[in-house]
Amino acid sequence: MSESLASEPKGHIEVSNFSLSYDSIEGPVQAVTDTQIHVKPGEFVSIVGPSGCGKSTLLNAVAGFLKPTTGISTVDGERVSGPSAERGMVFQQYSLFPWKTVRENVEFGLKMRGMPRSQRERAARTLLGLAGLEAFEKHYPEKLSGGMKQRVGIVRALATGPKVLLLDEPFGALDAQTRVIMQQILTNMWQRLKISVLFVTHDIDEAIFLSDRVYCMTARPGSIKAEIPIPLERPRQQAMMMSSEFLALRRGLMSLIREESLKAMGGEINDMGMQGLNIELHGHSLADVI
Amino acid sequence: MSSPAILRHPEDSMPAIAEAGPVPAATPPATPPSFGTLALRWYRLNQGRLRATAIGIISLLAFLLVWHLLTSYRVVFFVRFTNVPSPLAVYASFTKAIHDPKFLMHIVLSCRRIFIGFSLAAIVGVPLGLIMGRFKLVHEIIFPVAEVLRPIPAIAWVPMAIMLWPTNEQSIVFITFLGSFFPILVNTLHGMSLVDPVLVRAAQCLGARERSIFREVYFPASLPHIFTGLTIGMGVAWVSLIAAEMISGQYGIGYFTWEAYSLVQYADIALGMIAIGVLGLGSSLLIRGAGHLVMPWRSTR
Ligand SMILES: Nc1ncnc2c1ncn2[C@@H]1O[C@H](COP(=O)(O)OP(=O)(O)O)[C@@H](O)[C@H]1O
Ligand SMILES: [Mg+2]
Repeated sequence: MSESLASEPKGHIEVSNFSLSYDSIEGPVQAVTDTQIHVKPGEFVSIVGPSGCGKSTLLNAVAGFLKPTTGISTVDGERVSGPSAERGMVFQQYSLFPWKTVRENVEFGLKMRGMPRSQRERAARTLLGLAGLEAFEKHYPEKLSGGMKQRVGIVRALATGPKVLLLDEPFGALDAQTRVIMQQILTNMWQRLKISVLFVTHDIDEAIFLSDRVYCMTARPGSIKAEIPIPLERPRQQAMMMSSEFLALRRGLMSLIREESLKAMGGEINDMGMQGLNIELHGHSLADVI
Repeated sequence: MSSPAILRHPEDSMPAIAEAGPVPAATPPATPPSFGTLALRWYRLNQGRLRATAIGIISLLAFLLVWHLLTSYRVVFFVRFTNVPSPLAVYASFTKAIHDPKFLMHIVLSCRRIFIGFSLAAIVGVPLGLIMGRFKLVHEIIFPVAEVLRPIPAIAWVPMAIMLWPTNEQSIVFITFLGSFFPILVNTLHGMSLVDPVLVRAAQCLGARERSIFREVYFPASLPHIFTGLTIGMGVAWVSLIAAEMISGQYGIGYFTWEAYSLVQYADIALGMIAIGVLGLGSSLLIRGAGHLVMPWRSTR
């Protein structure tokens, strides 16, 4: 743990000429096509895009769960050929082992690595303490709130000291307040551990607030439509989300996404529909933006 | 975010709530509550359960009373209660039977057959189900055979079992085995098919290999269904055992019940039936208890 805290940033992700199609009865489904992305060591990068555009597909390929149809992905120059503890992953559905206590969940990666019991217990306690979860180490996941479950999920993924952390809409199932807290926690862990993060979300505010850079994907077959650097200062505070700089970035990303969402929905939406969509996308702060 | 507790944001209310949680409980009233208050509180907490117990007892007593009346008046109304023993007669034969080593031997033998047959079924059925669930080829080879044999009731195996096995004892155990084997196998398979693939992925990207995934994910994830299979299997094991004992046995509680009929000892028929019911209930309670032990994460609900 202390080792990874002190070390230099690591985890250079490089995805080049990437495309992936699924086999189905109606023939191959092109999910992602002609995509290049990279994450520099220690960088926080988000991928946003309309639902079904291939974000999860791309992330799962980087994790090693899916083989690309063309192209390769590498981490620190090493080709990704299967899942590995070097690439930690956090899933939207929490995916904690229900039969293991919170601490046993966190210990899992260390156990797989063959670390002796007492040592991994100590490591897991330390990590849980950092996430404010020490009081819950003996609880089974079922009893935890969504936010706590996802904190355990993040701590579990970080316990083995991975080079990169991949997150697939990790806060999508959480309520707005909890989500804000989780974003802060994730930022803090990332800054402390100096690892690279590839973060998939459909929440534009979340992407801007968290990231150094945001990739915006096109509707299916997904490819990179735009790459937007986020020059906002760190540390970032909630209040920043009302700043003109933030809102300008938001407006830009929003219009990119809107185009793609419309395409994804078949493009047959009239002005009335546009307005309905508008309101939904802008959420509560519609008035602030216009 | 320059505070030393770097992972704890001031807005992070969840740990705060958790720390605040025990506080009200940790400030008890200055004087310990009187016995009366405690009793009242206990009563309020357990009201639902007390009610259920009370109603349960009343309903059982009512059942005994109706039984008593039907038999003492020898009611004939579609069914004939003329020869049915009364509860008191059954109780009398029960007090006699518990001092009779022969009766105890019948019970012990039946329990032994259940134990051996059911254990064999679990020892073969659970691992086979796990392996079939994990390896497609094994599934493809074994499943068709299992599907053909499964609908045959264990009792239908009695003549075949007698031909197959040299002793009666072995064929009865074999029938008990068959009865519990298929429910156990099918439920284990079902549990394997429901394992959440996201959990497998989670384990993989934490560095787990095939064997660890099997042990740490597939097996515990299937346990609830395995125990469903064991519970059903235990029920069918008793059904099969009693039938086999009645047909081909020389000992055992099923044989005892059948023999009582042939010897015109009607009270013993009811005694045998009640003994079978109690043994069946006891063995399914044992399995449920084992389930709680093996799956602590489910019993804390
Ligand atoms: N196993 C699969 N078989 C066929 N098509 C799939 C499969 N998984 C995903 N897809 C399709 O690929 C596209 C991209 O999916 P996904 O990566 O999950 O999108 P996102 O995460 O951006 O919502 C979707 O249109 C989806 O329908
Ligand atoms: Mg997705």
